[in-house]
Amino acid sequence: MRAPDFRVPAVGPDNPEHQARLLELWEGEPGLKGFLSTVDHKKIGIRYIVTAFILLVLGGIESLVMRWQLASPNAHVLTPDQYNVLFSTHGMTMIFLYASPILSGFSNYLWPLMFGSRDMAFPRLNALSYWIYLASAIFLYVGFLTGNGPNDGWFNYVPYATRDYNPGLNQDFYSLGMVFLGTSTTMGAANFIVTAFRTRCPGMSINRVPMLLWGTLTANVANLLVVPAVSLAFFLLWLERQFGTHFFDHSNGGQPLLWQHLFWMFGHPWVYAIVLPAMSMVSEGLPVFCRRPLVGYSVVALSTVATMILGFGVWVHHMFATGLPGLGLSFFSGASIAIVFPSAVAIFAWLATIWLGRPVITTAFLYFASMILMFVIGGVSGFMTASVPVDWQLTDTYFVVAHIHYVLIGINVFPVLGAVYYWFPKMTGRLMDERLGRWNFWITFIGFNLAFLPMHLTGLFGMPRRVYTYGPDMGWNTLNMITTIGSFVLALGVLLFIVNVVKSLRTGAAAGANPWDAATLEWSIPSPPPPYNFGVIPIVASRHPLWEGRLTEATATSSLDRGFLLDEGKETMGTSALDAEPNMILEMPEDTLAPLLLTVGVSILFVGLLLKLWTAVAAGAVVAAVAIVMWLWPRAQLREREPEPAQPPQREPRHA
Amino acid sequence: MREVAIADVPKLPVGPVGRQGLGSWGMGTLIATEAALFAYLLFAYYYLGATAQPHWLLEPHPALKLAVPNTIILLISSGAAWLGERGVLQRRRGEALAGFGAATVLGIVFVVIQYFEWHAKPFKMGASSYASLYFVTTGFHIAHVLIGILVLMALFVWTALDYFSPRRRLTVTAGAFYWHFVDVVWLFLFTTYYVTPYLGFGQ
Amino acid sequence: MSSTTPLSYLSAAGDRAGTILPLTWFTLIVSIVVCVVIAVLLYVGVSRRRVRQTAQIQQVPVTQAPGGLRWISVGLAISAVPLVITLVWTLSALAATSGPPAHPGLTIDVTPHQWWWDIQYEGERPSDIFNTANEIHIPVGVPVLVRLHGGDVIHSFWVPQLSGKTDAIPGQINLSWLEASTPGRYRGQCQEYCGAEHANMGFEVVAQTPDDFRRWRADQLSPAPPANTAALQHGQEVVEFRCGLCHQVRGTGAGGRAAPDLTHIMSRRMLAAATLPNNPGTLVAWIQTSQELKPGTLMPDQFLTATELPDVQAYLETLK
Repeated sequence: MRAPDFRVPAVGPDNPEHQARLLELWEGEPGLKGFLSTVDHKKIGIRYIVTAFILLVLGGIESLVMRWQLASPNAHVLTPDQYNVLFSTHGMTMIFLYASPILSGFSNYLWPLMFGSRDMAFPRLNALSYWIYLASAIFLYVGFLTGNGPNDGWFNYVPYATRDYNPGLNQDFYSLGMVFLGTSTTMGAANFIVTAFRTRCPGMSINRVPMLLWGTLTANVANLLVVPAVSLAFFLLWLERQFGTHFFDHSNGGQPLLWQHLFWMFGHPWVYAIVLPAMSMVSEGLPVFCRRPLVGYSVVALSTVATMILGFGVWVHHMFATGLPGLGLSFFSGASIAIVFPSAVAIFAWLATIWLGRPVITTAFLYFASMILMFVIGGVSGFMTASVPVDWQLTDTYFVVAHIHYVLIGINVFPVLGAVYYWFPKMTGRLMDERLGRWNFWITFIGFNLAFLPMHLTGLFGMPRRVYTYGPDMGWNTLNMITTIGSFVLALGVLLFIVNVVKSLRTGAAAGANPWDAATLEWSIPSPPPPYNFGVIPIVASRHPLWEGRLTEATATSSLDRGFLLDEGKETMGTSALDAEPNMILEMPEDTLAPLLLTVGVSILFVGLLLKLWTAVAAGAVVAAVAIVMWLWPRAQLREREPEPAQPPQREPRHA
Repeated sequence: MREVAIADVPKLPVGPVGRQGLGSWGMGTLIATEAALFAYLLFAYYYLGATAQPHWLLEPHPALKLAVPNTIILLISSGAAWLGERGVLQRRRGEALAGFGAATVLGIVFVVIQYFEWHAKPFKMGASSYASLYFVTTGFHIAHVLIGILVLMALFVWTALDYFSPRRRLTVTAGAFYWHFVDVVWLFLFTTYYVTPYLGFGQ
Repeated sequence: MSSTTPLSYLSAAGDRAGTILPLTWFTLIVSIVVCVVIAVLLYVGVSRRRVRQTAQIQQVPVTQAPGGLRWISVGLAISAVPLVITLVWTLSALAATSGPPAHPGLTIDVTPHQWWWDIQYEGERPSDIFNTANEIHIPVGVPVLVRLHGGDVIHSFWVPQLSGKTDAIPGQINLSWLEASTPGRYRGQCQEYCGAEHANMGFEVVAQTPDDFRRWRADQLSPAPPANTAALQHGQEVVEFRCGLCHQVRGTGAGGRAAPDLTHIMSRRMLAAATLPNNPGTLVAWIQTSQELKPGTLMPDQFLTATELPDVQAYLETLK
């Protein structure tokens, strides 16, 4: 019998029998095949988080070695080339392989749980974006481990990156690896955008969405539009190096500044993309520990979007010293000062939430609250560099290094550590150890500030960036030693964090569904959630479904125990973009190996490009093409095509 | 407080119906990011052209005798793709197959003519920044055309296998949309490389 | 100059840096004040109403006290004040310091290379033009136009006590300018990552009274003195034959332009782009083992023999 093209979705209460049906429909295959073929957003999210943390640790070790070299003047721990590869790899690792993927991981895991949905809009694409992230990270690190790591900073200016000055494979690994990674970021962006607008549960209109949607969605819209700039820049660099084009070399009509424009048109929006989602995570967790809703939800949401929009218009502030005309400098300086406004909204909203709430001190709260101060410290040093004449002194000194670490560690790492403490119970069913958590927090906090606060002074005293050593008479000796000591204390803090995670996984106290008495939908389902997330798709009536009895914001209560059953296949509810009215029943795909196969094909292709082995390129392309055809072949189960002609009636299994 | 009312939900489509479906949104995001890519390529052209020495253009008056007909061929192929989609919408399989088939053939013709045009150019990619930009930009476009040809061929095969109907055909709509996008990109590229020189840019 | 922190820009010795300095201090002080205020607000906010016993979080009731939006509007309003002041001051300081001066008293062409600075002093007649390296002399109280040429990769020219930094980019000529108000020796540094020895690419700017500067300039214009002993002649021969492949010594056969001009090397305080002091020991060490002192430098170790080395050293010491 042909499955109906339309139906009224059944509504009913959640019950064990219904849950058993859903489990059968949604449970993945066990064992290795299940591991390699899963499209479950929760598994993929955790993979992103774990992989990103491994890269954080690698990047951290790189920085510890660098700090050891810089602890005293004219040290000989590293040769200049070793140092230069280390600082470049450290930047690449932290900014590309940690900072964005970690936030993708959290949003991947949390969004469907917060939206009352059963998966992301494109589960197979989700799996693909993870596998490609992993493959490109491996590709880049094979470069590093074979002595071919990037060596021109993470920003890779030409002409130093061209073959004349950089004949080895370093730049080829970096360029191709970044193009490779860029595809993952773009796919993730597409997935987040469509998920945000089409899969929220009924009733979750755009003014009721969790704050995490605002930060992550904004960042991903930006990524969709700016990642092509950097991918293009790296691709053009690779062509320049390998095929003799002339985009960047001035003797043949090229421009070194073309690289800088393309790179920073990407790079500036990118740095907002790696903090806005983390800020939204703070906006999720901080109010829970202050026992009240976030102050100024609408203003904070709008300011998130406004910050990103302004963020497209400030990229030249990375190029103030390149000899551009005064009119352009003035415009970009003004825009860079103006952007302080929307970015400051969140600070005041968080402070107000604390002052007008009742803070309950937990480790998660400490991370979320302390980041407010570190955000401000990073923000003001950025404000200083926004003024062109001041920037002419500050830029390329350690003052900027202090700035970037306050904004990156303060607005990305600290919220991430807090987010782990906050959502670990949901992901694992166990609470993290609070006592160990306090030690972890304080050591991390003290170590970080010990390392980076004095660095502002080091920068004001003129120490240049990206130097493998410095002379003993420059006045920087003590400051560098303090920074080195601080960095090792920070590392100890991170180590304690990892110890806490491992320990709590094994012996943490049972958490239950809602250990923090929080307000949003992810806390209404078991910890850890079942494969299908929600037994019934809920209908929400406010921003804080689980606090409705205690607040006066809603005129009706959400329906959480009774909702849409959607159990006639692997189904979830599709809704309209702004009002979240149900308008489609979405059929979700089964687990499949196609994403992994496609990744293997594309990896072979990139290795072929790197080594200029054209047969490998062709082979990789063929494997990729096969995987794509497999994937996109229209499937009746997903209603992408008409079903087979009707067979005589017989008993069929209920799910295709 | 009363619970929200959920009784009056109408019949909902199961899976994508017509052009409503997640696939439309997905194709939209793909097109947005690829459009951005071409925007940056054109930025590179205008930036290098504006900051270059005089006589940056290697062909002050680029030859139009292949480029203009080729543009028309691509526009017609978009029409053919539209016809193909209409054939699916109106359950006329013959029209659909003719449309996708013609679009495929015209796409291949476009690629072949572009290949001849590349050979007819008096400069190679490594001659100067203008030359590099010309070949790399049109090269990116050709890559997108080749992918579009594969998409059209797949649509042809799947239509022949009777997979689609007016209700179940989001793949067709998305694929045709992609082909139209490739066409629109070409119009921007054509204007930049073949029209602006006549208006004085880069001379 | 601050002798303990030669690259600091918290003080200035010239007009251009001096115009920027108050704005730097203003933004710095505003920043510190903001941080302190926020820290206090944060600390007090967290401590004053926090739940003191280790209560179960469920027992702390959820409320929604009004008035939060006022925090945002007041906060933004207060923030606007320093932001607007900074914007206006920035635009005015930018106009004042962009330059270049309409009537520079001196023009020099600086071409940075991996990892040294070539400086060419301009003059009206060709015989007034000369090159030196890594040490710039300027007269006090005179605006000096600095034309920055791209050599190999991107470098950045920076003398913090006198001026903000400007990049030297291949394919374009960027203009910077300096004007020192007091005589002294000011440290400069390359401030754009340019490869292996970016860390060791410094230079010095010596501001002199106009008389001293004229004397220095006349000295620099003169060619190398003749070698009038056998040892010095031998040294000159070796220098011409070996060093001359890359270095220039005006008045001799050493005519290479790929490395610093050595005609008056003894007049400079430092060697190897302000990396080493210029004294007999370091000079010899630099010639023989440059790779050990500045690994990756484009000057190879010279391996001069025991007969060559003393004569070369003696000859170089005549190049004052």
